[in-house]
Amino acid sequence: MSAFTQALWVLLLGSLLGLELIGKVPPTLHTPLMSGANAISGITVLASLTLIAQANDQLPLLVLGSLSLGFALFNVVGGFLVTDRMLAMFSRKSPRTGANR
Amino acid sequence: MAGLDLLPALIDLGAVLLLALGIKGLSKVSTARSANGLAALAMALAVLGLLIQQPLSPQAWLWVAIGTGLGGLLGLITAQRVPMTAMPETVALFNGCGGMASLLVALGVALFNPGGSSGLVEQISIVISVFVGAITFSGSIVAMGKLQGWIDTPGWTQSTMRHSVNISLAVACLAGAIALPGDMAGAPLWLLVVASSLLGIGVTLPIGGADMPVVISLLNSYSGVAAAAAGFVVGSQMLIVAGAMVGAAGLILTQVMCTAMNRSLVSVLFGGALGGSAPVGGGGEEAGYTRITSCSAEECAIALEAAERVVFVPGYGLAVAQAQHALRELSKLLENHGVEVTYAIHPVAGRMPGHMNVLLAEADVPYEQLLEMDTVNPEFPRTDVVIVLGANDVVNPDAKTDSTSPLYGMPVLEVDQARQVFVVKRSLGAGYAGIKNALFELPQTAMVFGDAKAVLNGLLSELRSMGVGKKVAA
Repeated sequence: MSAFTQALWVLLLGSLLGLELIGKVPPTLHTPLMSGANAISGITVLASLTLIAQANDQLPLLVLGSLSLGFALFNVVGGFLVTDRMLAMFSRKSPRTGANR
Repeated sequence: MAGLDLLPALIDLGAVLLLALGIKGLSKVSTARSANGLAALAMALAVLGLLIQQPLSPQAWLWVAIGTGLGGLLGLITAQRVPMTAMPETVALFNGCGGMASLLVALGVALFNPGGSSGLVEQISIVISVFVGAITFSGSIVAMGKLQGWIDTPGWTQSTMRHSVNISLAVACLAGAIALPGDMAGAPLWLLVVASSLLGIGVTLPIGGADMPVVISLLNSYSGVAAAAAGFVVGSQMLIVAGAMVGAAGLILTQVMCTAMNRSLVSVLFGGALGGSAPVGGGGEEAGYTRITSCSAEECAIALEAAERVVFVPGYGLAVAQAQHALRELSKLLENHGVEVTYAIHPVAGRMPGHMNVLLAEADVPYEQLLEMDTVNPEFPRTDVVIVLGANDVVNPDAKTDSTSPLYGMPVLEVDQARQVFVVKRSLGAGYAGIKNALFELPQTAMVFGDAKAVLNGLLSELRSMGVGKKVAA
């Protein structure tokens, strides 16, 4: 199997997995889920790092790679933290006993 | 596979597994927070695996440090500073930056060809990565600008002219894409970059504010696609699988959100702003109401004092007025008085689905008091007082009864079943959908005009002066 065919299989199976992972989402979680998924899409950091690694110390490539790494990490770090901030609000309070239902 | 390759491969597999578990866990309330952590851990693992496979030179490390420092620090600051009410535009901003990252990687590979080879597969991947990355970036930035109120909807974008503009831009993109393999680092590349960016603006600009969350969710899915395409460009399977997973999951989430808002994806993308195309109700200003009862905060407070069961219906207006803390205080006061208080949350209350839950949670409202539509609707007939705070279309009874209404079929909160309804609203202006609300004219409904926060504070002081919530023996 060539590297490309292999990559296509990976693409196909990854997409199918993604379609299956999210079924019923309570509306409460739409915003955090979107924000979390958004953070994950910052996985482009891997591409930025690869670009830097393969740059052979060529300056323009290093700069482009570094810039792209900055954008991607802004997405990743900001995304995960903001999602955590939102979700922390849901879990902070322990259920109160006997209070109004 | 040689032993040396085994470790990074195992790390990658572990990262994919954690990522999948993370996405799955994020769709359940009980596991969401730890799942978010899992996904972050997966990301760190993936980076570790890559660094083992691709050692960096000292100079490369320097540039990695610069990018990491700047991006990470800005992300950290933004995530901590941004108010919860501004969450939709923040997600849009983050998302746009993810798209920009894919775009920059593809540009770097196209311009300098560091890998040394450029087969057809690589060229196609570059085209996709540039195209999707640029659309994600410019579209997200426009979405953010519209949500922040920095950008209006220009008139021409509501006419059919926008279709011709966007089609010409798409043709320009296609021309650039076809010419690209002949001249990797030349004019076709820049044509593609510019035309895709403009196309991102052109398709997002006509969409109204109410539909923006769907657009952001869709753009989020695109940024997954852009990441997968970047994976093909640099030959990283980890990137392909993660990008594909987020792309597909984002698509499902977009669909789920559309269903909750009773909109089809096609009408969101091509229908223009809702209400802009439907000439109903005279465009929104005081649209022909005849039987409106208005009342003061005092009368409302008296009704609250006498009630046994109160339901608050918070909406966009509450978020705008930043009144969630005042609301929490009011409900605490009523609870101390022995009133049963709950909140009815429509799936699309707030500025995007689920946003209201976040805002109320921030104001310390206990999670169990937030009732979803299906739970709360059967309860309205035995509810004494409903207070609608800055919500409009989601409580419009026409959605159930009037088949000519544009809202017809949208699931709504059946507040008209309650004994008494107070609607706190700044004016009789129409909601997002730009249509009349039959609820306002019902005999049991009274309007309390004013800013949600001011009205709530007024209610608080009225109730306090009536002695409610003081230490009365139960």
